Amino acid sequence: MRLLDSLRFCIVALFHRSQMNAEMEEELRSHIQHRADDLELSGFSRVEAERRARIEFGGSLRVKQDCQEAAGGTLLESLLQDLRFALRMLRKSRGFTIVAVVTLALGIAANAVVFGVMDALILRPLKVPQADSLYGTEYGVDTGFQSYPNYLDLRDRNGSFEGLAAFTFAFVGLDTGENPSRAAGYATSGNYFDVLRIQPYLGRFFHSADEHGPNSAPYLVLSYAYWHSRFQDDRGVLNRVVRLNKHPFTIIGVAPPEFRGTVLFISPDFFMPIVNQEQVNGENLLDARGNTHGVFETFGHLKPGVTSAQGVADLKAVGAFLEKTYPKEFAQKSYSLARAGLTSFGRAVRAFMTGLMLLAGLILLAACANLGSLFAARAADRSREVALRLALGASRTRILRQLLTEAVLISLVGGTVGLLGSIVLLRRMSMWQPFPGAPIHVPLNPDARIYGVALALALVSGFLFGIVPVRQVLRTDPYQIVKAGSAGRVGRRLTIRELLLAVQIAICAVLVTSSMVAVRGLARSLHGNYGFETRNAMLTFTNLAMAGYSGDGVAAMQKRMIDAIETIPGVERVGLVNNYPPLIYAAGSRVNIFKEETRDRRPSNIASTPYGFDVSPEYFDAAGTSLLAGRTFSWHDDKNAPAVGLVNREFAGKLLRSIHDAIGRYFALQDGTRVQIVGVVEDGKYLSLTEDQQPAIFLPALQLPSSQSSCLVVRSHRDPQQLAGAIRSKLRELDAGLPADISTWNTMLDVVLFPARVATVSLGVMGVMGAMLSITGIFGMAAYSVSKRLKELGIRMALGAQRKEVLQAALGRPFKLLAFGSAAGLLLGILASRVLAFIVYSATPRDPLVLTGVVLAMSLLGLLATWIPAQRALSIDPWILLREE
Amino acid sequence: MADQAQLLPGTLDLLILRAVSLGPLHGYGILLRIGQISGNALLIEQGALYPGLFRLVRQGLLKASWGTSENNRRAKFYELTAAGRKRLRVETDNWNRLATAIGAALGAQPEEV
Repeated sequence: MRLLDSLRFCIVALFHRSQMNAEMEEELRSHIQHRADDLELSGFSRVEAERRARIEFGGSLRVKQDCQEAAGGTLLESLLQDLRFALRMLRKSRGFTIVAVVTLALGIAANAVVFGVMDALILRPLKVPQADSLYGTEYGVDTGFQSYPNYLDLRDRNGSFEGLAAFTFAFVGLDTGENPSRAAGYATSGNYFDVLRIQPYLGRFFHSADEHGPNSAPYLVLSYAYWHSRFQDDRGVLNRVVRLNKHPFTIIGVAPPEFRGTVLFISPDFFMPIVNQEQVNGENLLDARGNTHGVFETFGHLKPGVTSAQGVADLKAVGAFLEKTYPKEFAQKSYSLARAGLTSFGRAVRAFMTGLMLLAGLILLAACANLGSLFAARAADRSREVALRLALGASRTRILRQLLTEAVLISLVGGTVGLLGSIVLLRRMSMWQPFPGAPIHVPLNPDARIYGVALALALVSGFLFGIVPVRQVLRTDPYQIVKAGSAGRVGRRLTIRELLLAVQIAICAVLVTSSMVAVRGLARSLHGNYGFETRNAMLTFTNLAMAGYSGDGVAAMQKRMIDAIETIPGVERVGLVNNYPPLIYAAGSRVNIFKEETRDRRPSNIASTPYGFDVSPEYFDAAGTSLLAGRTFSWHDDKNAPAVGLVNREFAGKLLRSIHDAIGRYFALQDGTRVQIVGVVEDGKYLSLTEDQQPAIFLPALQLPSSQSSCLVVRSHRDPQQLAGAIRSKLRELDAGLPADISTWNTMLDVVLFPARVATVSLGVMGVMGAMLSITGIFGMAAYSVSKRLKELGIRMALGAQRKEVLQAALGRPFKLLAFGSAAGLLLGILASRVLAFIVYSATPRDPLVLTGVVLAMSLLGLLATWIPAQRALSIDPWILLREE
Repeated sequence: MADQAQLLPGTLDLLILRAVSLGPLHGYGILLRIGQISGNALLIEQGALYPGLFRLVRQGLLKASWGTSENNRRAKFYELTAAGRKRLRVETDNWNRLATAIGAALGAQPEEV
């Protein structure tokens, strides 16, 4: 109650100071008037009476001050006093202040950035109504992928979802009549927007009622961003007809600005009905139940009262039904539900962000330990001042409050600086599009939550390191210190300060170790063997559907493209692979392989599911994949010749025991085709760099239904830009309306290396931060230790100590701490690095280079940090020093 | 803050509470009343009164309101709150005990020891 009261008075005092002053003045004036009235009654004139009353009352200024203090000004005033004093002290020791603020700002910025990313990716649901009950279905190892017929069954047979929507990606050439260009969007089920419960910004959305079988709903909804950039916010865009891969679609609406699709970092340009996907893909992906890539993800709101466990059970029941009904095309896999928005990437993203948050937390901890030891050293330096103030009657709480005020002030300034830095960084990151042409970006919006977290962290750490010297102050005996002077004792005991420093160095060594492991891992994956040669290889992606090719026209056009590009001077080889070559986007779909003799080709009888690539005869030469045995394809391996295939070493070894045994053997595809193995090629990476060695088969594109989406691998030593220009003009000669994406294989690999790169960059930054923190920590400690013992060192030198002995006396302890802390950190770092192996290809801490690197780095940091204090210790002139003291 | 309150003489507060307990008064009136009830034995410096009043208001023992005095002047009137009344009772008891004890101690004769 009293606390509340005094608080109220403080606030009143703060905001109504002038009003209070006026009231106080009036009250005092009233008092003097009353006194004057009495004096007047006893015979004085009014003027004289008032004069006397004023004199009797005395100095009203002092009274007013006393009153203000009594009325509750004291807490505020003393707080202001503390603040002013703290500011003065911090200004006086500028070096300390700067080091402290920078240290904390680093820690806070690291945490705010990581938290900002985590907030955007994990904590924040999609910006749609009731996002909390919106769940995406995960399905087996391939996560969200489904076939369209399976989706329909899931939608109609489950009782847990209010409605189930589905979507997949659509990459098209979009022609408004002026310049055709590539656009990326979602092909969605008709109920997509209704399930999401969102309303259009402009026009209307399409609904289930618009779907009347294949290609029945040529409608297009634009995303707000695309409407803004491509159509310049033109409201007249409604009912306009544009061409998607040459097929007319009518623009019927624009999505609201805050809605950016249902995968958090892939924002679409447009939404189209999935029933029309045949028009843009050129082939029908919706009818085959066995095609597991018809739908990217299904999602919906769980009905009120239905738990996610019940939802999963329901999905499993539908899955069991499907397996029984379609044994050939459907194998039950594990179902689970996850918050929509990240479904398929959730686990990896979450693991990575948790790891990163952990490291950021370590940075902050190290920063706190660093600041704690700085503050402790400072408190020790000020022990004489503290003792004097105690002796003069200051209370210990008052002194502690003073120290805490300083700590909080530093934490606020450091926190603000860190926060500002992180906002700049987050803003830039949200602008950043890692892959040109791909609609991938991270929706980061620094907001109140991030500011709050950063400031709270800053304050908490301020208190954490602020209380480090408390014990020191509480135990101060003013008389001892005033008597003994500031020299202090040279203890052999481990002080809190030293312990903190050791902890901090250990943490920093962990960070340095993990960043080195990551960097080394990345370096290895950049120079690893992928099973093909990425240098001097240019990839040309085309989708013939965009130019209206279909049926037999496709293969003929592809042959023409190959022949045309081969005539370009400097081009050595041109190979074709359907869809994507290894390691690019969703390269290599899995193929079901059966033993030759298997008659019943149901899912449970599958012998292996290698990655499958459909390639032209020259592909292996163009890609630089070496043949280990047998032969490659020729142009004679076409539809009229017996089916043949190549396998990789892994496939040959696992399934057929040896490379040479494999040649001439047969296996069967899902449709029963017997394929004879005519060659074995080297192993490689197919989908991701971190995958274990996978089996793969290569089939001649000529023997398979042609695919409009294909990639030409062009091997040439020419300058990539010139070459790209030459390829482009050759293709334009063939068909001016065919958009093509041309870039080097290495550039495209950036996409695959993206997670590893992000991990490496983040870890690298963390490592650098850790290194900086340990430098400031060791430097502070060493400088302090030297300045504390100047006199002792001077005497030692006067008595004839050698430079080595002086250095040992001055810096022995910091160095011991450094060695101890580094060793502990290195061990911990090695343990922590196991986690990294998930993200960074071939990240192994048991790498002599990493180990020596860490040891070298830490000793270098130690040398760097102790250099100046060592110079100072060596430059002591005992005579001057002893005279001064 | 608490330290400073302790440093101030407690008797002034007690006298103010007592003076106000007889009816709402403005500052000058409190001075007169204290003089009156103490038979003019206790004279309080005029300037010292007001910090005491503000302190008591802050502690919730007094409450203040503006009104018109008998001289037809605007003045701030103070009266006891419930807490103030209770405090006055406790402090009066304490004072009486202390006074009795000190009186007894000072009045002790050699033969009684």
